[in-house]
Amino acid sequence: MADDKDQGLHSPFRRKLLMGMAAIPAMTMLPRTSFAQAPATSVVNTTGLAVTDTEVTVGILHSVTGTMAISETGSVQAEKLAIEQINAAGGVLGRKIKYIQEDGASDWPNFAEKAKKLLVNDKCAAVMGCWTSASRKAVLPVFEQYNGMLYYPTFYEGLEQSKNVIYTGQEATQQIIAGLDWVNKTKNAKSFYLLGSDYIWPRTSNKIARKHIENHLKGCKVVGEEYFPLGHTQFNSVINKIKLTKPDVIYAIIVGGSNVAFYKQLKAAGIDLSKQTLLTISVTEDEIDGIGGENIAGAFACMKYFQSLDNPNNKEFVAAFKKMWGEKTVIGDVTQAAYLGPWLWKLTVEKAGSFDIDKVAAASPGVEFKGAPEGYVRVHENHHLWSKTRVGKAKLDGQYELVYETADLVEPDPFPKGYQ
Amino acid sequence: MFGDYSIGDLGAIFAMQGFAGLILFSVYVLMALGLAIIFGQMGVINMAHGEFMILGAYVTWMTSNAFQAYLPSLFPGYFFVAMILAFIAAGALGMLVEWGLIRHLYKRPLDTLLATWGLSLILQQAYRSIFGAREVGVELPQWMLGSKQITDTIEVPINGIFVMCLTFLITAAVAYVMYKSRWGRQVRAVVQNRVMAGAVGINTEKVDRYTFGLGCGIAGIAGSAFTMIGSTGPTSGQLYIVDTFLVVVFGGAASLFGTIASAFSISQAQSTMEFFMSGSMAKVLTLLAIVAILMMRPQGLFALKVRK
Repeated sequence: MADDKDQGLHSPFRRKLLMGMAAIPAMTMLPRTSFAQAPATSVVNTTGLAVTDTEVTVGILHSVTGTMAISETGSVQAEKLAIEQINAAGGVLGRKIKYIQEDGASDWPNFAEKAKKLLVNDKCAAVMGCWTSASRKAVLPVFEQYNGMLYYPTFYEGLEQSKNVIYTGQEATQQIIAGLDWVNKTKNAKSFYLLGSDYIWPRTSNKIARKHIENHLKGCKVVGEEYFPLGHTQFNSVINKIKLTKPDVIYAIIVGGSNVAFYKQLKAAGIDLSKQTLLTISVTEDEIDGIGGENIAGAFACMKYFQSLDNPNNKEFVAAFKKMWGEKTVIGDVTQAAYLGPWLWKLTVEKAGSFDIDKVAAASPGVEFKGAPEGYVRVHENHHLWSKTRVGKAKLDGQYELVYETADLVEPDPFPKGYQ
Repeated sequence: MFGDYSIGDLGAIFAMQGFAGLILFSVYVLMALGLAIIFGQMGVINMAHGEFMILGAYVTWMTSNAFQAYLPSLFPGYFFVAMILAFIAAGALGMLVEWGLIRHLYKRPLDTLLATWGLSLILQQAYRSIFGAREVGVELPQWMLGSKQITDTIEVPINGIFVMCLTFLITAAVAYVMYKSRWGRQVRAVVQNRVMAGAVGINTEKVDRYTFGLGCGIAGIAGSAFTMIGSTGPTSGQLYIVDTFLVVVFGGAASLFGTIASAFSISQAQSTMEFFMSGSMAKVLTLLAIVAILMMRPQGLFALKVRK
């Protein structure tokens, strides 16, 4: 202290005091509750993000137009709900969250451009967004170059890890392996027919599934594997093949609107899903809305979340979601994963005591969210989540009934050995 | 390729694939018929054809909901009402579009392409605003579900048979209207020589409007029928448009018979190949074959003989 006094006018102590005084007018405008806990902006934001004494800006980047709008609408709704709830509970480090929403328009270059806008112009402290792997791959270099933070909600094929992304959905092994083990054990399934849409996620997922079936499950084999262009609506041929090969399990990873055609034609062809086991990892409650419960009842889905999960967190979440977005809305796996994004970010920022991207990235491993609708999640060092794998059985009313869940959280493993 | 199956299996395969091909054929004809009338007879490239189909699908969905809510006892028959309403709705919108947009663009086919493409975007956004971005599921009456067992290995889906019958009826009706009725003769006269047709007293404007309306109305019925097999969302129409143009162009634009022949050959080729290789591969090979044939016959399979 003696040294400080000697420096007179330029002493750090004096500088701090002056800065503190300068902040007084701003601080009197803050609501009483946050007054006590809100640390000064200069402390929690040293890299020039859009953080003021009262507000912090984040981005929401999804497609609200184009072919992916059907899927991504739920994610946007969940993220807005989470932000509203966080604000009602006092915000993040005493600051209310303000969001800027951009439309990726189902167009990957457009996603990259909007991501750049959110990071460079708007200086967003975090971005919640993307759905398809293609859009994520498009924005990844932008987030790495301009050092942003992306919370990505979709289950995906793995084989990726970045300091600038937190993956709140499952990677491939968390969804596929536990599900196959379950169907092998409880349904005594030996032969599998693999179906998928023709792009990276289904092909990679089926590759992992095939490896697991052939190398890790005793006496099991793949009797067919087939891919269809996105939007394909004629499945009569493959249904005929399924009838001839009589697999124990139809393993279907068809995405989007094609599902409607597939399940309707399956039913019309006389395949009864109460007798023929079908396991899917791509049909959530959202898709069933279009397929119609009567066409898919009896099918099993392997993911980490179902709207019908019976726990207090989820009941609260479902009620809040319906209150905000209407009684008729349904909530699927990805919608829940999108809801985790803003909450995990809030918890991480408060753990780090700073909004700075590097500090948030470093603080992420180990962050746990006890209020997650899916029960409880924890962030792994590889920036994916520890979470449970669950199997649900589709009912007539379009909801899944939980039939199995792993006892423990499954460790995320985006680069599985022996499966590539 | 054939080795894995027994003779009996192969027989069943070809029977079932043949039938699957027939269903696909019906679907193609339903999709392409409306477009063939508009494109072939009027020279208008209608990129919004898929959206007219989806309008029919949405009308079916609304009718289904209305019957469930107000007339549950008549639900098994709602589909017929829905198809008529779909025809009326899509046809009326078609005539409105002809009046407001298309009639200013006759003789400029490339401009109709742009204008109707814009129209398709507008319609998609309108569906999204009105019905929401998510897909809607149309519930079918019980009698339309399931399949009919013919032999041990051969089963045919009932809604497939329904689509086939519907296609037959509509094709027959269109053929009658176009080739036997007085109005059909007027349409063909206008197509062949607009000025002369006008000179002999045909109201060409009215003929154009009704022709366009008819084409769109058939698209509406097709959309209604597709709710049985496909999905209904704001952008679902896009799924059909490429295949539809393929069928029409391959068949020879101005010929209804060409449309049917091309739908038949494409669907059977696709369906048979699909069984022995992957779905994507079958599509690629079909497309390649079509391109090769179009290079040799640019007018398509059946060209109309017109003096130039």
